[in-house]
Amino acid sequence: MKLEVNLTKKLGEFDFSTRFRVEGGRIGIFGPSGSGKSTLSNLLTGFLAADSGIIRLDDHKLFDSSKRINLSPNRRRVAVVFQHAHLFPHLNVRKNLLYGYQRTPASQRQLKLTEVAAAMQIDHLLDRDVIRLSGGEKQRVALGRALLACPDLLILDEPLSALDKRLKDQIVPFLRKTLRRFTIPYLYISHSLSEMRLLTDQVLQFADGRLRQMTDADTLARQRMTSNHRGYLNHLTLSSPREVGDLLGYRWGGNELLLVSQEHPPEGLFELSSKDILLCKKHPHAMSARNLLTGTITGIIAQGGMVGVELNCGGEMLLAQVVREAAIELQLDVGKTVYAAIKASAFRYLA
Amino acid sequence: MILNLTPNDLQAIWLSTKVATTATLITLPFGFALAWMLAFSKVRCKPLIDGLINLPLVLPPVVVGYLLLLLLGRQGPLGELFKTLGIQIIFTWKGAVIACSVIGLPLMVRSIRLGLEQIDPYLIHASRTLGAGFFDTLRSLVLPLSIPSLITGGILCFARSLGEFGATIILAGNIPDVTQTIPLAIYDYTNTPGGDAGALSLCLVSIVLSYLVLIGNEMIMRRIGHGLRKTS
Repeated sequence: MKLEVNLTKKLGEFDFSTRFRVEGGRIGIFGPSGSGKSTLSNLLTGFLAADSGIIRLDDHKLFDSSKRINLSPNRRRVAVVFQHAHLFPHLNVRKNLLYGYQRTPASQRQLKLTEVAAAMQIDHLLDRDVIRLSGGEKQRVALGRALLACPDLLILDEPLSALDKRLKDQIVPFLRKTLRRFTIPYLYISHSLSEMRLLTDQVLQFADGRLRQMTDADTLARQRMTSNHRGYLNHLTLSSPREVGDLLGYRWGGNELLLVSQEHPPEGLFELSSKDILLCKKHPHAMSARNLLTGTITGIIAQGGMVGVELNCGGEMLLAQVVREAAIELQLDVGKTVYAAIKASAFRYLA
Repeated sequence: MILNLTPNDLQAIWLSTKVATTATLITLPFGFALAWMLAFSKVRCKPLIDGLINLPLVLPPVVVGYLLLLLLGRQGPLGELFKTLGIQIIFTWKGAVIACSVIGLPLMVRSIRLGLEQIDPYLIHASRTLGAGFFDTLRSLVLPLSIPSLITGGILCFARSLGEFGATIILAGNIPDVTQTIPLAIYDYTNTPGGDAGALSLCLVSIVLSYLVLIGNEMIMRRIGHGLRKTS
């Protein structure tokens, strides 16, 4: 998907002006509320007309003020999943799902109802009244409805912000898997950095109606290492769990990591805060932390009073965070070898 | 009391029902269009249009009837147009229909507008982004969600038409068997010595008819109301 945007829009006191060109399937729009994220979404879908500028999606011009082009929302092929599901209350789940599908030309239909319903885990709900669905189910129907319209671009406008934390933690991995499977390009709008990291490849960061930077979620997370109370969250792909006494041993590149045992040990993506990694200059002979990795320092990021230490541990990267005094005392520098101690309970399963 | 209805009374009952039904059916599409415009469009002179629609609600019906007579009478601008089309409006039951439509319109627009304003605008956004055009959204989303308010609006208009007197007598006259509806027949009875029994009989019919309409409305709303409550 190629998206070219060059727009200005004044809404009372709020002045939105942006210009960017992105290519890819998993784009994030990141920023606090009032930064212009939803304005951008409304301009893309056609519910707001920009004062001037253009929007080009792949080879189609959706908007061009100089040529007086302003396609109506139904002709843009840009579908949206909103913060709330907004399902049609007079239609059952099946009819909701098929609403966009039936309005899509047969040549452009890429997905089937059964396939999407199965992936969304709503196949048992098809004949149910939408009023009798839970919050998570509603949101899955809304996503399925948008996917079945096979849009050229899917906008996910804070789709999880109305769900509680527990539900969100369940739905993010699900969303990640499903969106990857259906390969429909999307713009993921959110103020949640963790959602950005799991669901996007590129991130456009907005503030005060302006595009601040185009980057990726990992870089953004590193920049916010000190301002985030949980530090920088390393994402580790762990595999082949095996029981090691009371703990679980996972493969992580060339290393083995010991994690607190779980009933159904999952494989996949785990997070580890940069604050939960202890650095030692010499091998500690006795300690409570169950993991001790040897790592070579590949980068030092000074940020406020903190220092981020990038380590290469047997081919895998890890970012630890120490206070500046500690960095000076340990003489941490690129190329040096240090020991990283991590507690077995410091890991959290993500997806 | 035993109902003692003359053939003229029966004709008045039939005519009232016919006029009220026709007026309601004719007013519905206009009422919906006006309510839609007031609820959703961004027209600048909305308060002016709103005021104009609501005028018949506050004006004496006789005034409305007289203005309609000026408009639709033989010398009136619309009257001449209808004459060339071979349609006679004044002093026919069609005149009664027009009088009732104009008087009933504000009630209908209010009711439908309230219903339309209950519709979550995001539903309309969702529908449009899923590929539905303006009229498609209207047909597949807005209309089905407006059914309760359309029914309420229709019933209010119907009930108001059953009771319409002032505008009807001016525009359609009070011609037995032709334009004499229940209220006009009652009026005639009250002006006739010994007409009390006839007036009371028609009053009773009027009460029963209006009461049935209100009960019918309540029952329909209960049945369909459940499925159409606002959801997210």
